[in-house]
Amino acid sequence: MIGAFIIVLREVIEAGLIVGIVLAATRGVAGRGRWIGIGVLGGLGGAGVVAIFAGAISDAFEGSGQELLNACVLLVAVAMLAWHNAWMARHGRELAAEVRKVGRAVSAGDKPLTALAVVCGIAVLREGSEVVLFLYGIAASGTTGMALLIGGLLGVLGGVVVTGFSYLGLLTVPQRYIFSVTGVLITLLAAGMAAQAVFYLDQAGYLTVLGKTVWDTSAFLPQSSLLGIVLHTLVGYSDRPSAMQLVAYVATVLIMVALMRIAAPPRRMIAVGG
Amino acid sequence: MFRPAFAVAFAMLAASAGSATAFEIVSAGIALKDHRFDPQELQVPAGKRILLKVDNQDATPEEFESHELKVEKVIPGGSTGTVRFGPLDPGRYPFFGEFNESTAQGVVVAE
Repeated sequence: MIGAFIIVLREVIEAGLIVGIVLAATRGVAGRGRWIGIGVLGGLGGAGVVAIFAGAISDAFEGSGQELLNACVLLVAVAMLAWHNAWMARHGRELAAEVRKVGRAVSAGDKPLTALAVVCGIAVLREGSEVVLFLYGIAASGTTGMALLIGGLLGVLGGVVVTGFSYLGLLTVPQRYIFSVTGVLITLLAAGMAAQAVFYLDQAGYLTVLGKTVWDTSAFLPQSSLLGIVLHTLVGYSDRPSAMQLVAYVATVLIMVALMRIAAPPRRMIAVGG
Repeated sequence: MFRPAFAVAFAMLAASAGSATAFEIVSAGIALKDHRFDPQELQVPAGKRILLKVDNQDATPEEFESHELKVEKVIPGGSTGTVRFGPLDPGRYPFFGEFNESTAQGVVVAE
C-alpha cells in the first residue's frame, strides 16, 4: 500500500505543483476557476484516452510513439507558457494595479487563460495516464489489489494536497510581487519542460547529438527522491542532464526573457506613485 | 548579451553533429513475466546505441525505467515496447519495472 501510495504520489505531485503555480499566476482574474477546471478535466479525460490506446501509441513511429507524444505535449506546454509570460509582460502591470485597487477579481479581457488551461491539461494528461495504467494494473491483478488501490487513491489525494500547499504558499507572496514571482517560476518551469522534451527525443532516437551526461548528482540528490521531483518540476532539476538538455534549458530561458522584453510596453516617463 | 551563448550552443551542435550519425545500432531483447525480467542481467557492447525490445508477457502494464540509462517507458500488458539508450561507457546500469519494483529488477552490463 505504501509502495502504491509513493508511486502515484510521485506522478501526481508534478501535475499538482504546476496547477498550483497556474492558480497563483492567475490570482484575482475572473473566470480562472472555470478555465483551469476545464484544463484539469480535459487532462483527466485525455489521460484515460492515452491509457486506453497506450499500446497503439507505443507501437507508432517504430516504437517511439510514446516518447514523441511526450515530447510534443511538453513543447506545446512550453509554447503556451512563453505566450502567457509575454502577455503578462505587456499587461501584467495594469492587471496587478487593478486587482490591488478593486480588491476583487478583474476581467482579464483577452488574457490567454486558454493557454494556462492547456498547460494544466497537459500536466494532468502526462502524469495521469501513467497513474491510470498503474491503477488499472492493480485492479486487474485482483487478490492483493484492494490495499494497493487504496494506497494509489491516497497518492492522488496527496497530489491534491500538494496543489493546495503550493498555491497557498504562493499566496503569501504580496499581490504586488505575485506576477513577477510566478513569471520567474513559469520561465523555469518551461525551461525544465524543454529539457525534458529533449530527454524524450533522445530516447526516441530523434535527437541524439550532445547526448553525453554533463554531471551526475544522483548520489547527492537523486531525481527520484521527493525533493528531487519537486525541484525537477519547479526548476527542471536533473541528476544526469545531457549537454543537449542544458542547451535546451538555457535557450528556453533566453528566448522567453527576450520575448518578454519585446512584449513589454515602452516605459513611460511618469513616476510611479508608491 | 544573448549572442555569445547562442554562438556557443550552435558551435557545440555543429561539432557533435558530424560524429552523432556514426553510432552503430545493436538490437537486444528482454522478457518480463510474473513481474520479473528474463534475463535479469543483459550483456551489451559498450560504445554503441542499443535498441532493446521489452516483451511484457504479463497481463498488466509495466514501466521500464532506469535512471542510469535515462529511460522511462510504459509498456502495456501483452505487448512489446522499444527502448533506446547508449552509447554506454563500460559498466553496470541497473533498471527496474516501476509498477512492480520489488520483483522487477535487472541490470545492463556494457562491455
